[in-house]
Amino acid sequence: MRAFDYTEARSVDEALAAIGPDAKFLAGGTNLVDLMKGDVEQPMKLIGINSLKLTDIAPTASGGVRIGAMVRNSDCAAHPLIRERYPLLSQALLAGASPQLRNMASMGGNLLQRTRCYYFYDAAFDRCNKRKPGSGCAAREGFNRIHAILGASEQCVATHPSDMAVAMAALDAVVEVRGRDGERRIPMAEFHRLPGDTPQRDTTLEPGELIVAIELPAASGLAQRSQYLKVRDRASYAFALVSVACALEMDGGAVKDARLALGGVAHKPWRALDAERGLVGSKLDAAAIDRAAQACVAGAQPLQDNAFKVELAKRTVARALRTVGGVA
Amino acid sequence: MNDRIGDPLTRVDGPAKVTGRAPYAAEFEVPNLCHAVMVRSTVPAGAIASIDSAAVKRMPGVLLVMTHENAPKLPKEGRGAVNPPAGREVSLLQEATVRYNGEPIAVVVAETLEQATEAAAALLVSYGPADAVLDFEKSKQKLEPAKMTRGEPQKKWGDAQAALASAAVKIDRVYRTPFEFHNPMEPHGTIAHWKGDELTLYDATQYVDGVRNTVSKTLGIAPEKVRVVCQYTGGGFGCKGSTWSHVMLCAMAAKKAGRPVKLILQRPQMFGPVGARPITEQHLVLGARRDGKLVAVRDEIVTPTSIFENWAEPAGQPVHSLYAYPNGATDQKVSRMNIGTPTFMRAPGECTGTFALESAMDELAYALDMDPLQLRLINHADVDPSNGKPWSSKKLRECYEDAARRFGWSKRNPKPGSMREGNWLVGWGMATATYPAHRMEAKASATLNADGTYLIRSGTQDLGTGTYTICSQVAAETLGVDVRKIRFELGDTRYPKAPVSGGSMTAASVGPAVRAACLALKDKMAKGGKAPLTAEGKAEGPPQDEAQQKYAERSFGALFGEVRIDADLGMIRVPRVVATYSVGRVLNAKTGKSQFEGGIVWGIGQALMEEGVLDKRTGRVVNGNLAEYHVPVNADVGSIEVAWVEENDTEFNDLGARGIGEIGITGVAAMIANAVYHATGKRIRDLPITLDKLL
Repeated sequence: MRAFDYTEARSVDEALAAIGPDAKFLAGGTNLVDLMKGDVEQPMKLIGINSLKLTDIAPTASGGVRIGAMVRNSDCAAHPLIRERYPLLSQALLAGASPQLRNMASMGGNLLQRTRCYYFYDAAFDRCNKRKPGSGCAAREGFNRIHAILGASEQCVATHPSDMAVAMAALDAVVEVRGRDGERRIPMAEFHRLPGDTPQRDTTLEPGELIVAIELPAASGLAQRSQYLKVRDRASYAFALVSVACALEMDGGAVKDARLALGGVAHKPWRALDAERGLVGSKLDAAAIDRAAQACVAGAQPLQDNAFKVELAKRTVARALRTVGGVA
Repeated sequence: MNDRIGDPLTRVDGPAKVTGRAPYAAEFEVPNLCHAVMVRSTVPAGAIASIDSAAVKRMPGVLLVMTHENAPKLPKEGRGAVNPPAGREVSLLQEATVRYNGEPIAVVVAETLEQATEAAAALLVSYGPADAVLDFEKSKQKLEPAKMTRGEPQKKWGDAQAALASAAVKIDRVYRTPFEFHNPMEPHGTIAHWKGDELTLYDATQYVDGVRNTVSKTLGIAPEKVRVVCQYTGGGFGCKGSTWSHVMLCAMAAKKAGRPVKLILQRPQMFGPVGARPITEQHLVLGARRDGKLVAVRDEIVTPTSIFENWAEPAGQPVHSLYAYPNGATDQKVSRMNIGTPTFMRAPGECTGTFALESAMDELAYALDMDPLQLRLINHADVDPSNGKPWSSKKLRECYEDAARRFGWSKRNPKPGSMREGNWLVGWGMATATYPAHRMEAKASATLNADGTYLIRSGTQDLGTGTYTICSQVAAETLGVDVRKIRFELGDTRYPKAPVSGGSMTAASVGPAVRAACLALKDKMAKGGKAPLTAEGKAEGPPQDEAQQKYAERSFGALFGEVRIDADLGMIRVPRVVATYSVGRVLNAKTGKSQFEGGIVWGIGQALMEEGVLDKRTGRVVNGNLAEYHVPVNADVGSIEVAWVEENDTEFNDLGARGIGEIGITGVAAMIANAVYHATGKRIRDLPITLDKLL
C-alpha cells in the first residue's frame, strides 16, 4: 500500500467535485482496501462517501423499489420491502461474504467488486491485462479452475465475483449514476462489461461517475418462486464456482415469465435470455428444464482446469428450476 | 473445584486473552522501535541482477534497505546453526541467488510500518534468467533418498515381493496429498532489541530455546547474550517450531539500523518462507488372505523438498506401526523443486500416511466383502510391529468398540449409494487415528512466595493449547493447594529449559518437570525451608539408546463419520464425527477436548478444501491468502463427539499422560474419503475431495 490523501465528502456534489484521475471513492472499503494493501489499486486520493445520505430503501410509484447506493448489504438483505418483493436479492446478498463484511459493504460498492482472479490479485505476477493493460493474461494458460467459461477473451478470462449482482441482473435492475454532467440510468445488462480487448474496464461507468442508487422494477409475479443457488468449495464464506439466480412466474402449468442469471461463469453476471425465452409458454417438465440448462451454457469455452463448470452450471440451473418450479 | 489433574478447569490465561492483556510477540512495547517489512523474490530461480536500494532509501522515513549487497556477512555463510528441527537452511541475504519464488531477498526498515510497507513495495529488483523445477511430476524424474526426521527411509522385512505375488487379495493404489500451509491465526513475527552486545528477541515461536541457539550460532554470538521471550503463541502447528529467516533478518536489521526493529510477516508471506506440508505421493500395496489377515505391504513414497534442504514428510510411519505384516518393503524418496523447504505440520507423517493406509484398508475391506471395522480388529497389532516391543499402554480395541457403539455403526448398510435421503447421498466411513508419544528432557522451578502463593516457571510455550492451565493443575495437585494459589510462567529463556512445543510433547515433558519441581519444593518445605523458597525439578527424556527403551509408545483412536453429498452438485457436508482416543491420562478434560476437536476440524479441511497451488511457470503459490486458500468455516463443521478411554500410562511418564496435540487430525481425511466412497461409489485418492471430483 502506498501513501494517499483522504477527504470526506458531505454531499454527492462535493464527492463529484473532488474526484479526479488518480482518485477513488471509498465506501465500505471491503474490497478496495484489500486491493490497495496488495498494491493492485494505487489511488493517490480517496474520497470518503460513507456520510452521504444515500441510505434509503423506498418503494417507487411503479411498484418497484429504489435502493440507495450507500445502503449496507446487511440492511438491504433484511429490509422488509426487499424480503417481500425480491427474496431473490435478499438470498443472494446473504450468500455473499460474511456478516462482518456485509455490515460494511455498500450496495454500490458491491456492484464494483473486482475479480478474484489469482493473477490479478497478486501484483508479483507480471502478466495481467486487467491490472497492467497490455501485459498479457497469466490465467489463460495458468491455474484457471475458478475462471470464466462464457464470454471470455484472449485478453482476460476473469469472472465477476458478486452474488448480489447476479440477482440484480435477473431482476432487471437499473443503476442510477451521477457525474458532473448529470444523471444516467444504466440497465444491469449494460452495466458490467465483457472483457474484450479492454479487460481493465469492469463496467460502463465513466470516470468520475458515482453510483447513487439501484432501482428494481416491479416483479411481483416472480416473488413467490425464486431461488439464489450458490455452489462453492465450502459451506460459507467462499466465492461461487457457479451460482444461479432463478425466478419463475407460472400460469397454471405453463411458464409465464422466467429469469435465469449465472454467476461465477463470466466477466459479468450472465443473463441467459435464450434459456428464458425457451421456457416461457412451455410446461416446466424434465425436457424443458434440460433444454434451459443446455441453453444457459451454449457457447461455453472451458479452459484447462474449469471444464467441470460447464456440467456444474447445467446441473445448478436444472436444480434451481426444479426447486423453484416445484418439479420433483 | 475444577483444579485437580483431569478436571475441566477453564483456561487460566483466558481472562488475560479476552481483555487484551496477554502480550503476543508483536505487542511488546520497546522504546524507539522502528518497523521492517520483508521483500520476497518474484521469480523461482536465478541471481539478482540489480536491486535499486538507493531510490528506496530516499523515500520518506526509510532508515535501512538491507540486501545481499550490504547485509552483515555471517559466519559460515549464515549456516552456522543448521541442525533441524530448530535450525534450518534459511535465506539471510548472504548471496545473490534466488532459490524459490517468495524467498526473502531484502528487508526495508522505516520509522513507521506504513512507510516500510510502501518502500518495500517500491523496491525494484531484476533477475538473471535460470531454469527452475516447478512441477512435481517433472521433479520425480530425479529422486534422492529421503533424509528423515523420524524413522528410516528404507526398510525391508520378510519377502514382500513373493508374499504380494501370492496374496489372495491385493490392493495396489497411489494416494496423493497436496501442499498445505499452516496458517496459524497469529502471523510469524519478531521484535529484536540490542543493548550493546546483548540481544532480546520477542518472537512468535514454539521453541524459545531453539530460537536462542539458532540465532546465537547463526550470528556468531554467545547464547547467554541472547534472550528470547514468547509468553503467548497464537497457534503454531509446526511452522513456528523452526527458526526461519525473518528472525535472524530482524536481529541483523536491528543491529545495522542501531534501533529496535519489529518484523511481522504479512499473510501472503506465510506461503513459502516458513514451511508447508509437502505434496505426498504414496504408492501403497497391501496383500491379504481371504480371511482378512494382512500378509505383506509395500509402500513407496515421494515427497518434494526444496533445492537446498532435504526434508521429508515421514508418511510411511503409520504403515510401520499400525498393523502387523510378516513381509514388508518401504521406501521413501524426495524430489527437488524450487520451493520453500517443507516442514513439520500437525502430525507430520501420520496425517498424510493415515490417509493412504486407512483408505487402502477400506478398499481392502470392500475387496474382501468384509466390514472395515472387522478388518481392523483382525489386524490389530498387539505389540509394535516395527520393533516387536510391547506397548506402554494401548486401548485401541476399546476405542473402536466405544466409538462404533456411539456412532451406531452396526446399522450401516455397506453397499455404496444405499443410504440416499432426497438429494443427499449419505455415507458412513471409519478410520484409525494414531500418533507417536514423544517426550524430552524438561526442567521447571517452583517457588514458595512469602504470601503463601507459588510461582512455577518453565521455559516452555503455550500455543493456545493449554500449557498454562495444565501446568497450573499439575502444580496445584502436587502441592495440594488451590489452583488460584499457583502462578505459572513460561516462554522465556531465563527460565529452566524445556523442549520444542512440537511432536505433542509439551504436556508429556513439561508436566512431569513441573511435578518434579513441586515435589522438590515440598521436600524443602518439609525440611523446614521458609519462603521465599525455590526448588528445581527435571523430567528425563527417553533413553538415548533405543535398545534401552522397554516399551513402544504411541497413541491411537477410532473415528466414525457421516458425509452428505448433493447427488447433482457434488457439495459435501460432514454433519457428524464420533471419535474415541487412547492417549493415556487427559490432563484437562476441557482443553483436551478442544485439542481433539481442533484436530478433527482441520482434518475436515484437509479432506475437503486445503490445497496450496503452485503456478507451474513462476512457482508462485497462486492462492497464497486466506480468501482463496480455504480452511473450514463454522458452517463446514457439524457435530463432533469426542471421548477417550480411561487410561493411565505410567510406563510412559509419571503423569501417565501421552501428548494429544496432533493425533486429532490423523485418520480424518481417510474416514471422510471412505464415507464419500460409501455415499457415491467413487474412491477419491487425491486430496482435497473437491466437488468437481464427484460430478
